[in-house]
Amino acid sequence: MLPDALNIAVLVSQGRHPVSGRARRAHQDACALELALCLPQALATNVRAIHAGDPGQEALRDYLGMGIDGLTVLSQTAEDDALAVLHPYLAEQRPDVLLTGVRAECGEGSGLLPYLLADRLDWPLVTGIAAIERIENGAASLLQALPRGQRRRVRVSLPFVASVESAAAEPRQVAFARARRGRITGLTPATEIDQARTEWTLSAARPRPKRLKVTTARTAADRLRQATAKAQGSTGQIIRDDPQAAAKAIYELLVEEGVLRNTQGTGRV
Amino acid sequence: MSDLNRRDPRLAWILRNRLHPRHGELSGQPTRGPTGLLRKNPRPQWQYGPSGVRRLDRLQRGAAAGVSRLSVNKRHEQPALPVHRVGEPQAYIAVWLQTSGGRLTPHCKDVLGQAQQLAVAREEPTAVLGVLCGELKDPVDGAGIDRLLQVNGEAYDGYQPEAWTTLCTQVDAALQPLCWLLPDSGTSAELGRRLGVNLGERPATGVWKIDADTVLARNGAGNLDISRPRSRVMLLLEECALPCGEFRYEVRPMTLTLTAPTGTRLEDLGPVAVDPAEIPLAEAEFILAAGNGVRDWPQFHRAASVLGASEGASRVAVDDGFMPRNRQVGATGTWVSARVYIAVGISGAVQHLQGISKCEQVIAINRDADCDMVKRANLTAIGDSGDILAALLQLVATRATREVSDAA
Ligand SMILES: Cc1cc2nc3c(=O)[nH]c(=O)nc-3n(C[C@H](O)[C@H](O)[C@H](O)COP(=O)(O)OP(=O)(O)OC[C@H]3O[C@@H](n4cnc5c(N)ncnc54)[C@H](O)[C@@H]3O)c2cc1C
Ligand SMILES: Nc1ncnc2c1ncn2[C@@H]1O[C@H](COP(=O)(O)O)[C@@H](O)[C@H]1O
Repeated sequence: MLPDALNIAVLVSQGRHPVSGRARRAHQDACALELALCLPQALATNVRAIHAGDPGQEALRDYLGMGIDGLTVLSQTAEDDALAVLHPYLAEQRPDVLLTGVRAECGEGSGLLPYLLADRLDWPLVTGIAAIERIENGAASLLQALPRGQRRRVRVSLPFVASVESAAAEPRQVAFARARRGRITGLTPATEIDQARTEWTLSAARPRPKRLKVTTARTAADRLRQATAKAQGSTGQIIRDDPQAAAKAIYELLVEEGVLRNTQGTGRV
Repeated sequence: MSDLNRRDPRLAWILRNRLHPRHGELSGQPTRGPTGLLRKNPRPQWQYGPSGVRRLDRLQRGAAAGVSRLSVNKRHEQPALPVHRVGEPQAYIAVWLQTSGGRLTPHCKDVLGQAQQLAVAREEPTAVLGVLCGELKDPVDGAGIDRLLQVNGEAYDGYQPEAWTTLCTQVDAALQPLCWLLPDSGTSAELGRRLGVNLGERPATGVWKIDADTVLARNGAGNLDISRPRSRVMLLLEECALPCGEFRYEVRPMTLTLTAPTGTRLEDLGPVAVDPAEIPLAEAEFILAAGNGVRDWPQFHRAASVLGASEGASRVAVDDGFMPRNRQVGATGTWVSARVYIAVGISGAVQHLQGISKCEQVIAINRDADCDMVKRANLTAIGDSGDILAALLQLVATRATREVSDAA
């Protein structure tokens, strides 16, 4: 291993297929691992996957099948707090980059773990990234995935925590033989039970009540009108037979809404 | 036009004058058609009453009095809502105001509705405090904000989650709000989690129902409900409560002495240009859609690329082979959620209008001022689509060069 090799730790958790409910690799964690594995050779990266939980889970082998040398599992039960074992371990290992998924697919899945780890380690956190553009001179340039297919470039200095969004590149397929062959290293750190969770009751998700159409009418005539009239949508401004004026009005609306990218819009998103 | 029913002296005169050629037609009497047959107008003669209600006037009293049917239009006046006041608030419920293009998002309005429900249920006067970085374009007095803390400054512009967290932490220390409610989407979801970690509270995420002392929350995968005690920081899902609508609220501005945030570790290098053609149509923010009224297709594609818009199409444009099928907007195509939608030569059939029901700003370019798209649109340009697009292209080109020369 080169002395200046970049250490990348990827937190992986067990996933659950949204339809069949079968245990599998978690999609976002697999995206994070794929991101780490796809970093350029020149960086001499050293990728390690870490899981806190039961080392016997079959789904963890999926990550081995993606081509990593080994997986470190910090043994704990499902009731224990992953933060309590992951924080001391990572503080000792001190990777340069810590990648996680945005939200876990099992359990609470609050997506809080990366925030808590970043806070405890006192590292900056970048949420929901889609790509790592480059890492040089102790700083990284990341692409954050925004809604509507947009991307934002964020620069952050090493070491940092980043959570990876599903919009990142699709993870590679799992090679069965590698998955069988891979090594799972088990460690048994001191665990701590998650106290807050003992007060919760979990149940299968109830269908949420559909929102009814809200009628705020006070008189019967108003109610009838709301029920029957089609949305009148107060017709807006109309410009007739004047292409120049029309183009100007359209342009101004676009600028005001801030959707024209090559010009300065006042609107903020 | 006034809402009053008006006497029309001319109509009254025609109704008195049996020799007038239009007497029979206007008085509702059967008239003789060209072949000599007696013809009766089968359509009921509606009248609008003083409150704007349509009434069938069987006695023809209105006609006899010569009341003009033309001057009567329906009244749209909104009764002024009562004002909800909180005099001296003893406690606050803080809500982070999530905006999109300077307007409160529907999700944020739901969260404000929930906040008002919590505030009203308390005995001592409790105010809903809205915390906002940036500008608001529209008035928000109906949204449910009692006090507004609006912070502007370079440190908060753009994507500054660390500065926003510092701001919220300072607000928390100064006012000690009972709880923080944030929409669980976009940057406010991130802010809520950061704030919770900063305040040492475990945020409740994905909350969709707040009961007396417990909350119901969805887990990350959406297959479990977690019933848990309330937390001081709660991230709420969409449709967690009804938005406010019964009152107007004060939106009284508040000021706090805040220390500017220092040393943010994330450097926002701004948005990255994404090829609009690669964004899925359902997610695109700005769509230029073509219909049967587009003649010059190269010009249309040029306009889309110059404006940086994703291309959409009506079914006719797709069926005629001008656009690929995956670009069709509407009931059998894609339901789009663009913030700005420009419909070029699209008449606005219901199947098409369904697909754009979620769009905020619709601009119609059409030759026909009576088509349904014009009724839906916020801005309409009547004229030939080719001319208007050409003018728009030219305008964008001149503005762009002027800005370059200004910058130089
Ligand atoms: C089951 C079913 C499903 C359907 N699903 C969809 C769907 O998903 N999406 C969809 O779009 N349609 C759908 N349709 C078709 C829909 O009913 C309409 O036929 C279609 O939307 C009309 O397309 P258009 O507005 O482009 O064409 P037209 O109705 O022909 O309108 C053309 C418009 O362009 C204007 N125009 C003409 N020339 C010019 C010019 N030079 N400059 C400016 N304006 C001009 C005209 O005034 C007119 O308003 C569906 C129909 C059915 C039966
Ligand atoms: N037990 C665990 N072991 C390792 N990583 C985990 C574990 N739980 C969660 N993570 C990581 O933290 C991310 C967010 O998890 P959560 O906060 O549980 O939603 C997940 O996508 C994983 O990358």
